[in-house]
Formats: sequence, C-alpha cells, structure tokens
Amino acid sequence: MSIWSNLGLVYALLGAAVAVFLAGAGSAIGVGIAGQAAAGVVTEDPSKFAKVLIMQLLPGTQGIYGLLVGFITLSKVGLLGGGAAALDPQTGLLILAACMPIGIVGLISGKYQGMTSAASIGIVAKKPDQFGKAMLFPAMVETYAILALLISILAVNAVQI
Amino acid sequence: MSEQYTYAVARIRALEVSLFSNSTIDQLLACQSYEQCMQFLEEHGWGDSETSGNAEAMLTREEEKIWEIVRELSIDMENFSVLSYSKLYHNLKAAIKEVCTEEKNRHIFYEDVSIPGKEMLEIVSERDFGRLPAHMQGAAAEAFETLLHTRDGQLCDVIIDRAALEAVYQAGKASDAAIIRDYAESMVAVADIKIAVRSQKTAKSLEFMKRAMAECSSINAGQLARAALNGMDAIREYLLGTAYAEGAAALEESPSAFERWCDNRIIQTISPQKYNAFTIGPVIAYVIARQNEIKTVRIILSGKLNELPDDSIRERVREMYV
Repeated sequence: MSIWSNLGLVYALLGAAVAVFLAGAGSAIGVGIAGQAAAGVVTEDPSKFAKVLIMQLLPGTQGIYGLLVGFITLSKVGLLGGGAAALDPQTGLLILAACMPIGIVGLISGKYQGMTSAASIGIVAKKPDQFGKAMLFPAMVETYAILALLISILAVNAVQI
Repeated sequence: MSEQYTYAVARIRALEVSLFSNSTIDQLLACQSYEQCMQFLEEHGWGDSETSGNAEAMLTREEEKIWEIVRELSIDMENFSVLSYSKLYHNLKAAIKEVCTEEKNRHIFYEDVSIPGKEMLEIVSERDFGRLPAHMQGAAAEAFETLLHTRDGQLCDVIIDRAALEAVYQAGKASDAAIIRDYAESMVAVADIKIAVRSQKTAKSLEFMKRAMAECSSINAGQLARAALNGMDAIREYLLGTAYAEGAAALEESPSAFERWCDNRIIQTISPQKYNAFTIGPVIAYVIARQNEIKTVRIILSGKLNELPDDSIRERVREMYV
C-alpha cells in the first residue's frame, strides 16, 4: 500500500493530526501560562488553591475540542472501525480543510485564554469574592474555540465519502 | 509579552493584599500613642520576634523582607539596580567623608546594596575607584579630590547627588521596562524641582543650581534654575507649564505638602502597574510601594513619639499604592 495511492487518506489523517496537535498545543501553552500565575498565588495563599485551579483549567478545553474533531475524522474515514475508506485526494483535502478551524483557532485561543486566565487569577488573588466575574473574562475567549469546533464538526460530517 | 514574570506578578498580586491602604494608614494615625502604633504594626505582621518593641529594627526588618521576596522570585537583580542607586551613592558619599575627615561612623552605611560600607571604605581609602561601577568612577574621584582640597562637604554632596541622578536617568533610558523609564524620569524631575525650591530658599547661585541639577526630558533644568533665581512664584509659574503642575499647588500650600507631593508623584507614576499582568512592572511597583509604606510608617511613628498633633502628622503622610 503506497502513500501516493492513498493520498486521500493521508490528507484526512493529516487533518485529524492538525486538529489534535494545534489545539492541544494551544491548551498546553494556555494551561502553562495560567499555571504559573496559579502557582504564584498559592505560594502566598494556599487557601485559594481550588479557585485558581479552576482558572488554570479553563484553557484546557481547546485540547479536548481538537481531540473530539480528531475522533470524528478518524471515525468518518473508517480508521477506528478497522476498515479504512478509499478516499480520493480531493476528499482527503476537504477533510483536512474541515479540521483547520479547530486546529488554528484552538492554538490561538488556548494561548490567549491562558493569558486572560493568568490576569483573572490576579483578580482572585486580591478579591476572592469576585471569582465569578473573574471567570467570565477567560470564558469569553472560549466562545471562539466553540464556534471553530462547531464549524469543524459540521464540515467533517458534510464531506461525502 | 514576557511570560517569565507571570508567576512573579501573580505572587505580587497576592502580596498586595497585605499592603497598607489609605484607610489602614488612617487607623494607624488614629492610635492614641506611639506604643499603640507599635502594637498595631506588630498585629499586622510587621517585624519579627527579634524586633518586638524596637521601631527602627522593625522597619529595617520590613525593608529586608522586600528583598527576600524579590530574591525568591528569581528575577535578575540588575532590574532593580535603579532603585538602589540612591543607597549606593549614599555609601560613596559617606565613605569619602569618613576617609577625608577621618571620623569613624560605621552605622551610616547601607549594607543591603552591591557595595556595602566596608567595601566602599576600602575602595575610597585606597583610591581604587576602578572597582566602582563605571557610572560612579568619575564622580567618586572628583568628589574625593574636591573634599580633600576644599573641605567643602556641600560641594562633595552636590557632585555625588548629581551623579546619582544621572545614573538613575541613564539606567531608565537604557531599560526595556516602561516603569523603570517612567520612574527614572519622575525621580530626576522631582529631584530637580526639590533642588530649585531649596536653592531658592537658601539663595543659592545659578551656577550652584546648574551644577546640582540633572537633565531630563520633562523638565528644563536651565529654565527651572533661572525661575528659582526669580523667586518661589517664578518656580510655581514654571511648574504650571509642565507635567508637574500639581507641584505648584503643593508648593503654595506648605513645605511639608510639597515634600508629600514629591513622593506621591512617584506613587502616581507606578500606579498603572496595578493593572499589568505579565511584565516586571508590578514587581518593581511593589518594591517602591513597600518602601513608600515603610517611609510613611516611619513618619507616623516619629510624629507619635514626638507627640506632634495628628493634623501635622497627617499633612506629611504619603499616598498609598493600593
């Protein structure tokens, strides 16, 4: 089985990899940034551990969205069921394009959600009673990751195999 | 964006909770006596078990705590050098005077700087000024020779103080951090205004003022010095046309209101750092805010010890960062 004769499948797999890799990287960066801020606060005030942990986890969702799109893609091309579909390169490219939104938006939004979470952790450090409001700021960034997830799922499902 | 300061800034945010606010200072002012003030401070965690009841030891311990925290943050101490220049140049001044006058007075040195008292004395007594940082060498040699030959302590002070201001300004200009640039600009400008005001009161010459003042971009030292020759009203008039117009109002009010404004101006410069989440700014602002807090507590304790009226102490109390 040569790669060139299965180029469609290769493109589809590349799409799944892009979704998982880029969105996962975005989450890793975001959770890392927020984690540094969380550690700073807990160093001085361990009682705020639970609140800052929730803040730190907020940028982690992009990685889950990427994983979800990756699963849907693998399922779509039949790789999870054991029988890979015969895809022409054009269909493979369509699946790759369908995976792009969550990959790219996941990477960017993950990083910026991490930065917003870090800034909101500063609010929790000074005014723990404002936890609800502080959580809204990073949650706003999440909106765009959800929109990208929605488009990626719709687009992958819309590709005819 | 510098992510490397995310941990430091978050930790500083947690520490800012324990900074004294204006209302805490009001509570301290409301204490009936010096002893009550000391008790209030100890209840707020000031000092440690070894400094109990000793105000000077308590304040020194608080200053030490600032640098202990900064060291724990693992930030290059070079970033804070601009804050230590005044102490460093003070040590140089004290060492030159001690060597030239042969008066031994060890306790006037600051020890929490890159060149502590003993080392500075060694450098000055051996005239080995090459061991000093480059920005100190010229001023050190000039001040030493001046004091040795003229015995004019004030001229020696002027040479070193101006060199300190120039070093702060140059460090600010060379820094990537906006807060250091702003701090250096404000510090030099406020120092120039102070020199003008004091020179006007003591009828100093234009030459003296020009020698004492350092150049900066927000104040024209030459114009300020000429205004000082024409009287206090001329200084106020000049300040009204600059970014330091509030200083003119403070000058009109009273000398202590003016001194208070000088420190408040620095706090206003660092205030935007309360909303900065990633740069070194909040850490530097915290150090300045803590130093301002310690200075304010020292003023209050001194006032209470000398039984000054509350209004008189309040007039000298600085604005707090939080």
